[in-house]
Amino acid sequence: MTDRKDGLTFSVSRRTLLAGMGAGIGVLAMPAIVRAQAETVRIGFPTPLTGPFGAEAKDQVRSAELAVKLINDKGGIAGRQVELLVRDDKLNAGEAATRTLELIEKDKVHAVVGALSSAVQLAVNEVTRARNMLYVSISQSDTINEVKDFSRYTFHEALNPHMTTAAVAKATFKKGSKVAFLVADYAYGHEMLRGFKRAAAAIGAEVVGEILHPFGAPDYSTLMPRIRSMKPDILAICNFGRDQANAIKQANDFGLKKQMQIVVPVLLHNQRIAVAPDVFEGVVGGANYYWELENSVPTAKAFNDAFRKMYGGAIPTDYGAYGFTGVTALLLGMQKAGGTDTDKVIAALQELKYDVAKGPQYFRKCDHQAVQSVLVLRSKAKADMKGADDLFEIVANDPGSEDMLRSCAELGFPT
Amino acid sequence: MDLELFLMQLFSGLALGAILVMVALGLTIIFGMLGIVNFAHGALFMVGAYAGLWVASLTGSFWWALLIAPIAVGAFGMLVERVLIRPLYKRTPDDPLLLTFGLGYVLVEAVRITFGTDGIPFSAPESLQGVVDLGIGYFPLYRLFVLGVVAVILVLLWVALEKTRFGLVVRAGARDPLIMRVLGVDVSRLWLLVFGLGVGLTALGGVLAAPMRNVSPEMGTLVLAEAFVVTVIGGMGSLLGAVVAGLLVGVAVSMTALFAPEMATIVMFGLMALILLVRPQGLFGRPGVGA
Repeated sequence: MTDRKDGLTFSVSRRTLLAGMGAGIGVLAMPAIVRAQAETVRIGFPTPLTGPFGAEAKDQVRSAELAVKLINDKGGIAGRQVELLVRDDKLNAGEAATRTLELIEKDKVHAVVGALSSAVQLAVNEVTRARNMLYVSISQSDTINEVKDFSRYTFHEALNPHMTTAAVAKATFKKGSKVAFLVADYAYGHEMLRGFKRAAAAIGAEVVGEILHPFGAPDYSTLMPRIRSMKPDILAICNFGRDQANAIKQANDFGLKKQMQIVVPVLLHNQRIAVAPDVFEGVVGGANYYWELENSVPTAKAFNDAFRKMYGGAIPTDYGAYGFTGVTALLLGMQKAGGTDTDKVIAALQELKYDVAKGPQYFRKCDHQAVQSVLVLRSKAKADMKGADDLFEIVANDPGSEDMLRSCAELGFPT
Repeated sequence: MDLELFLMQLFSGLALGAILVMVALGLTIIFGMLGIVNFAHGALFMVGAYAGLWVASLTGSFWWALLIAPIAVGAFGMLVERVLIRPLYKRTPDDPLLLTFGLGYVLVEAVRITFGTDGIPFSAPESLQGVVDLGIGYFPLYRLFVLGVVAVILVLLWVALEKTRFGLVVRAGARDPLIMRVLGVDVSRLWLLVFGLGVGLTALGGVLAAPMRNVSPEMGTLVLAEAFVVTVIGGMGSLLGAVVAGLLVGVAVSMTALFAPEMATIVMFGLMALILLVRPQGLFGRPGVGA
């Protein structure tokens, strides 16, 4: 108000008046836009901090926070800072849905990333789909790719059971191999079993039996005699988190490893650390990430170094890396879209080609599944470990290709 | 199905049952003598495993862990009885129940803060690793060792409670504390010892279970449920009941695992529901106790 001319205290110039009115009308009429200029970009992150997948969930949070920090250090999304809102979903579908709804309604997040466990992830997907909310899922599921669960707002950044089991089967099954399955009786186990059986049929391996066990079972001793009596060459253990460590440990106690090769769809870094090296020795399984990728992939080196710097020398783990790649992919999409407008971000993510930790990745158009490399790892013997973190040997690193995925037509998408 | 597999399955069931007996003993003793439903049972089982882990890391020996951890956790149990539970004896039975329920949460959180939320490796000692050929199939040596320990503990308990003066006083104290006081017996000291014994047995169960399952802050959650099932089937407070019910549940789970493994957990609760319908006081329970 500098153009006061005649010294009259109450006189207001026409220009000032108009400017003031304009601002007033603006505030009244478009509160959302005015606020958006200054506000942070909020990413909701539901994850099972407590419960049997707690170790993996904590790693996801740490990696996700690193992703946010790196983007903020470089100026954020069109000048806006990014904020991560972590919520404990307690590995419970209902809890996850409630927390997600709160994140959307109360915290007004711009996108949701997270959930670990296929059932919980599908619950989050239901909520985000109904609210037209962007969701980057970072846990394995096949059904989320299929037409009935498809949401144009959902991007599936994790590997899926079909890709993972195919890669593991390719590395371990042979024509005529006898394969037995020990499977956790819930969505994850069933999807992994389905993937393995499909791969076995393609390779010509024979399925000699399958045993379902309750989710979270602490004791597998009563299942061991039956597995032995099936006389398989390969035992595929399809469960997750502590169930994996317990099942492998007890199979080892019963001496099964001397008679058969144990394979798992996903060889978990944290579960390997939770038991002695000899328990996992020789076990083969898939992975989305392993830190030694840094020897061959430059972005893996950059990711590891940033992680080490932020967390006092610690290295990122497999499921932790999903937190990083998932959040980074979303934020890159937002950067490309120039903001958080949902339709623009979807368009940007569909076109996005990114390489942030494990080599080139992109989202397939029809189902929004991330096309990416799949690792196959073998757990090392104690004598072969060069350090406490030297857990696995990389058996195969299959570069990402749409051939690894079920075709869009098979998933039910119009072609 | 061949006979060998059937026998092996039966044996696995008995071995699993022995672990369940071990898990339920502490719960049933404390209930039988003190009338307290100890909801911190699962947490104390877990604390026992962590105490064992800690002692083993200090001494480098599983055997010291097996000896010291239960005694230390039992002493902690006596402290809990004296400081927290004693003031509640004169109030309704719900109060100690709520207290132990809360204590369970506190213990789990305390362990999470101290040892972290991740699992920690705990291996059986070298001398107990490996498998043994039983003639009907292979069985882990360590599980046979656990069977042996449980048998020894049961014999010792039986002798202590049935054949000694201490046992006589404890049993009488459980029946009628008032008369015992009139006779000049310090009942409160007795209860302190019994609570400590129950907690120590629970902790021993935790140390024994650690090399079979992994050690994690949540390992006691399912144990509490299993212990309740065994105690209810056997009869609340009955030692013999806990033994018979533990073995029965183990065999039931094992046999179910042969035909429908995914039903193995449910069958435990199904058995409990059946017993409650047919014989509400449990197989060896006294009518009116715990009903």
